[in-house]
Amino acid sequence: MKFLLALIILFIFSCSKPESPVETGFRENILHIANGSEPQGLDPHIVTGVPEHRLLTSLCEGLLITNPKGGPNLPGVAKSWDISDDGLVYTFNLQPLAKWSNGEDVTAEDFVWSWMRILTPSLGSQYPDMLYYVKNAAAYHMEEINDFSLVGIKALDSKTLEVTLEQPYSFFLKILSHYSTYAVPKNVVLAHGTIDDRNGEWTRPGNFVCNGPMQLKSWELNKSIVAEKNPYYWDVEKVTLNEMYFYPIVNESTEDRMFRAGQLHATYSVPQEKCPVYINENNPNLRIDPYVGVYFYRINTLNPVLKDKRVRQALAYSIDREQIVKRVSQCGQSPANSFTPPGIDGYFPDTQIPFDPELAAQLFAEAGFPAGEGFPKLEILFNTQEGHRKIALAVQQMWQKYLGIEVELVNTDWKVYLSREMIGDFQISRAGWIGDYEDPNTFLDLMRPNRGNNKTGWENKKYEELIIKANAQPNQENRYAILREAEQLLIDEMPVLPIYIYVRQYLLSNDVKGWDPNPTDTHHPKFITLER
Amino acid sequence: MFNLILKRFLMAIPVLLVVASITFFLVRLAPGGPFDSEKVVSPQVLKNLNEVYNLNAPLMEQYFDYMVNAFQGNFGPSFRYPGRSVSEMILAGLPVTLELAMYAVLFATILGLIAGIIAAVKKNTFLDYFPMAIAMLGICMPTFLLGPVLLLLFGIELELLPVSGWDTLPGDKVLPAITLGAAYAAYIARLARGGMLETLNQDYIRTARAKGLPEFKVVLVHAVRGGLIPVIAFMGPAIAGLIGGSFVVETIFQIPGLGRFYVEAAFNRDYTMILGTTIFFSALIIFFNLLSDIAIGFFNPQTRSS
Repeated sequence: MKFLLALIILFIFSCSKPESPVETGFRENILHIANGSEPQGLDPHIVTGVPEHRLLTSLCEGLLITNPKGGPNLPGVAKSWDISDDGLVYTFNLQPLAKWSNGEDVTAEDFVWSWMRILTPSLGSQYPDMLYYVKNAAAYHMEEINDFSLVGIKALDSKTLEVTLEQPYSFFLKILSHYSTYAVPKNVVLAHGTIDDRNGEWTRPGNFVCNGPMQLKSWELNKSIVAEKNPYYWDVEKVTLNEMYFYPIVNESTEDRMFRAGQLHATYSVPQEKCPVYINENNPNLRIDPYVGVYFYRINTLNPVLKDKRVRQALAYSIDREQIVKRVSQCGQSPANSFTPPGIDGYFPDTQIPFDPELAAQLFAEAGFPAGEGFPKLEILFNTQEGHRKIALAVQQMWQKYLGIEVELVNTDWKVYLSREMIGDFQISRAGWIGDYEDPNTFLDLMRPNRGNNKTGWENKKYEELIIKANAQPNQENRYAILREAEQLLIDEMPVLPIYIYVRQYLLSNDVKGWDPNPTDTHHPKFITLER
Repeated sequence: MFNLILKRFLMAIPVLLVVASITFFLVRLAPGGPFDSEKVVSPQVLKNLNEVYNLNAPLMEQYFDYMVNAFQGNFGPSFRYPGRSVSEMILAGLPVTLELAMYAVLFATILGLIAGIIAAVKKNTFLDYFPMAIAMLGICMPTFLLGPVLLLLFGIELELLPVSGWDTLPGDKVLPAITLGAAYAAYIARLARGGMLETLNQDYIRTARAKGLPEFKVVLVHAVRGGLIPVIAFMGPAIAGLIGGSFVVETIFQIPGLGRFYVEAAFNRDYTMILGTTIFFSALIIFFNLLSDIAIGFFNPQTRSS
């Protein structure tokens, strides 16, 4: 027994303390970051999700790239572009130096073929609607037309691309930094399968070719993905990082420990219970960045009592959102006064959601439930997670206190929650929405009557008309004015109860420079350096 | 012995068939599908996806298709990870999980046997009470508590060992093996003590002592053979349990093993992945149970005939 103990102790002490990855990384320009869950894959036309988004930002590049400081997108593969006066035709001049990581030219034809690929129904892509703004793209995807040459994308020559839109959507340029609009290398994809092959092996290490600042070096499932500098990248002089390690870490405490032990430059998130502690101790590594996301409750407006607008307003006005962010979520979130997070590319909604228990009680009485009398028991549905439970508990107490109604909390497994929400088997349901691109449209579009993500049963003709009118408006100021009107209508009708505006909280090493906060939390490797 | 192996092997086939069938229908009964996500896909997209994965076909047809393929060792593509086959993912995680389980078993057996045998020989002394109290603690302490405690101590406070990873930094396998093996070490210690105590009272041990054999020979040669049968019977299911149950340790220590796929597949409703891993783990459990039966046969001739 003693011998064994001595052996173990000897063994432990005999491993001399190795240099930490962060130290080695600083010397050799290697960045180590936690990246959430294991990515579904690396095919930009197939995968969806934040970890995938981060990987693809490094490995590939679209026509435009996200502005690291927020705001309008910057040139990517497209060096410059012209927009016709009616706002319908975009002509992109591609970088003459843009190449795939195998040295071949990135051409306009590559984009045409790639957009045809994502719009091919049998590929089963989950994001084809990002391109529905392009003329006839939706029709092609719905198999209403079979001739792709009718779709509004054309290669005028090898480095000039012409895109025609259905309407003068002025946010179109913002979509072009999203991975669903990326080009994929036609020859490589076809060498490992057909145009509609979901399971083609072209994304494996050794096969994978793309056009980003980094290229795929290795990929071990559930362990790490390593990317190295791509020598064929058109702007390679700007890239100082030699390698990037992406670790799929689902457990927030694990990544927190790894960061503290010098194994990571950046974590993906911060454990919820740690956040207030780090804020209190002024932890220099804690970063809380704005994020285009809103945490809200969906209301099933088809429910006999909840279809009354006054009831929905009463529910909203009796939630003290200030208290929820201060006492419950506790990580720098701000209380939501609108559905669209304020400040997305200069859009500031002018709505207010007051915390006014008296007004709420009065509205409730007007709806026929004085002091909650005769009001049926209400259920809040959420997917099993401690953070959601805490917020639901707070809301439950507020509604019981201010409206005098009985509220029950129901938590289920993620997929059960999704399917119940989908078929409308809920009264109140927790939800979150993260914008796909930096424009209010990615939020307001959600609540249109025929949108699958609406899920509240709320159908408002006037709202639909306003959004359609805004989309046809090429001038940004005028468009925002119409969208603000739509937002007013939405907040007055209250099919959703916005609770707080998301932030991105994570730990970042002080060595990392150029990792600027921006609303879509996109960090293009060419702007990142390791310095002390 | 050969008959036993053959019989058990033939019995395994219907067992696996039943497991596969029940799992197949159970996962379909669970609410929610593989393509449900927070951002709902359009009906057109969902239709396309179902077509790609043959989910529009009648359920019985899907069932027979699946069974025919599975019988040939083809568990199909993963729904969650396009471009990956289930077999490929099992094969990627298996070596890691096996290695982790092997270290854990090694740690558990060595520590458990030493503690158990000493406790039996020195029964009702400090050398009995102390290890047995620790063992009780080891059985009660869940891995999700032990792991982080060890990590905070050895990884962050003392900075002796890495806090995560597998085959990336020197010494990164030590803590996971100890965490996973600790509970089993405790079980083995208690089983070994019980078995040894019973054997040490047998007549043939008294005979051995009467013959004047040195005590260590009595214990380590004569008593151990009979005394450790409970431990060996426990080892088969324990190893299978270690392999299938390493999810928590894999998550805490960021280890790319099979356990994570197994559990995450259920959350993701990755039908083919759930089925593939379940069938695979069932086969493993059957295999290790057989192994421990064979081992018992070697140690105890009486059981060989049955």
